Amino acid sequence: MIMFSNLFSIGTKLDSRQRLTMSVFSFLLPLLIWSLVSYVPFIWHPKVEIYTAGDVSYFNKGLLIDREIFDREVEAAIKESKAIPEGVPANPVYLPAPHEVATALYTAFTTEPKRRNEKWLHESLWDSIQVIFWGFVISSFFGVPLGILAGTYDVFSKLFEPFIEFFRYLPAPAFGALAVAVLGIYDAPKIAIIFIGTFFQQVLVVSNTTRKLDPALLEAAMTLGAKRMSLLFRVVVPGIITHLYKDLRLLLGWAWTYLIVAELIGTSSGITWFITQQARYKNFDNVFAAIIIIGIIGLTTDIILAAIGRKIFPWEKGQAKS
Amino acid sequence: MNQLKLPSYLDQSEAVKDRFDRMKKRPVTLQVKNLNKVFDTPQGKVTALKDINFETYKREFVCVIGPSGCGKSTLIRILAGLETQSSGDVLLDGVAVNGPGPDRGMVFQGYTLFPWLSVKDNVMFGLEMSGHSKATSEEQAFQWIDLVGLGKFAKSYPHQLSGGMKQRVAIARALANQPRILLMDEPFGALDAQSRAKMQSYLHEIWKNIDVTILFITHDLDEAVFLADRVLVLKANPGEVQEVIEVPVPHPRSPEQLLEPEFLATRKRLEDLIHPPEPDVGINEDHLNMVRMVRVDNEVESVF
Repeated sequence: MIMFSNLFSIGTKLDSRQRLTMSVFSFLLPLLIWSLVSYVPFIWHPKVEIYTAGDVSYFNKGLLIDREIFDREVEAAIKESKAIPEGVPANPVYLPAPHEVATALYTAFTTEPKRRNEKWLHESLWDSIQVIFWGFVISSFFGVPLGILAGTYDVFSKLFEPFIEFFRYLPAPAFGALAVAVLGIYDAPKIAIIFIGTFFQQVLVVSNTTRKLDPALLEAAMTLGAKRMSLLFRVVVPGIITHLYKDLRLLLGWAWTYLIVAELIGTSSGITWFITQQARYKNFDNVFAAIIIIGIIGLTTDIILAAIGRKIFPWEKGQAKS
Repeated sequence: MNQLKLPSYLDQSEAVKDRFDRMKKRPVTLQVKNLNKVFDTPQGKVTALKDINFETYKREFVCVIGPSGCGKSTLIRILAGLETQSSGDVLLDGVAVNGPGPDRGMVFQGYTLFPWLSVKDNVMFGLEMSGHSKATSEEQAFQWIDLVGLGKFAKSYPHQLSGGMKQRVAIARALANQPRILLMDEPFGALDAQSRAKMQSYLHEIWKNIDVTILFITHDLDEAVFLADRVLVLKANPGEVQEVIEVPVPHPRSPEQLLEPEFLATRKRLEDLIHPPEPDVGINEDHLNMVRMVRVDNEVESVF
């Protein structure tokens, strides 16, 4: 409450404690809304869960029914002096309550797979992480050098970028069937989809970042005797590396968005296989749990990468300031 | 107002005259011959530099001054090899220069230190580029860093330094290559008055102790007179050499000389060349069309 009005002064940065509080709130707020919708009976709850069927023939204990139908049957029962059905307001099956998802989060890791050839959740996750990793590494292996070249030399920019601009509009999933035909049904086509989804954006993002390097630094280096290769490797690359690192963190996030599509290609596998399987059995608590796990993995990776960045680029802090 | 009686800026004391005579017998370091630069713009051809001719002698300190748009930055960029002239020659020790190179060190107004390198590594950069081993480069870098008085900051990154310190690193970095000439493009323009005065004294100290010729661009008249042996005055549209002034202020220079007659006379001459008195043609655009906008009963009736 102290200096509440200060929080809203334009152009001022919060102190570190306020920032942490706000970050916690940014997670608590959606959780609060979810809890309200789940636990407060008069908010939403469009269904009724039957616990006494009464004389209504098609009602069973535990059945979820639209509230309108329930109300109609209750009215009819009163009119005809039959046994009145009873129930409590409920949400549809696709919106499990927070505690159910929390339980699922735990049990998903402890429950043995139903069939022997199926995988544990953590094994599925590990498969997904490997697909993402290889797709992203292969994309960066080609995309980063190409982007730097295109950003540094106009000739490469004009040679690569028009085609890449064209290709990046082609949706990666469209290449699914082709990827399977060429690369088989296992992990290779999945990695290819992530590659296609990442690579073309990556070249353009990296070349754009490279172009933003202060040309005065190149001029200074030239007056100090730097020539072609040393300009590229001793000035351009270190000059953009902090921004490049941030680009890659961002692009890694995009790579995750292609994962779900990639994993549906060929043999379903990984976290997507888990999600579709659970959705089929209407175990939406497990579906939510799996989605949350993806979020946690993504966020954790990014936080770790950011911390590593601060460690290996000690000059970055000052660069951001000036 | 009392009009101060100033001597002519052309009057030189015996000692100063003698020094200029001796200086002109030194070998020529940089020679600029019939230099022209024409830019192609959408509005047509613009002549930035027209028929520039001058030379600097070994270990001379030359300042280039001129009104904005006189092409002084274009001139120094051509000398550094960062731009190419339309015609004419730039000779360094009699050899035509072609493209940027470590024989011409450059200090920019915007520092242009490499933010990812420590002070030491910034200074080592040029040495390594010219093929020195890491050990030799490091050893020499420390000498240059000591010379500009930043020994304690060798491991710091540029963002941790003040503007003046950054510019000292930039000077050390350029000097480490032991260039034949040091080109400085308004190097102290971004500094506050106090740091600027300090940097001017530092620069003179460095210049005295090192075998280097300095060509220094500035728009600050005091700075030009204080630093230079000779001042090259350019005029704008097109950029031409208007006059080369031999500064009659004796060496070693000190801030007290700013009030001495030779100094003031030279400064006045520069002032007249760069800001000539405008002819009175009746309409003066600079005149503000002001009406009194203070209430009649304002507590302060007049500010005078």
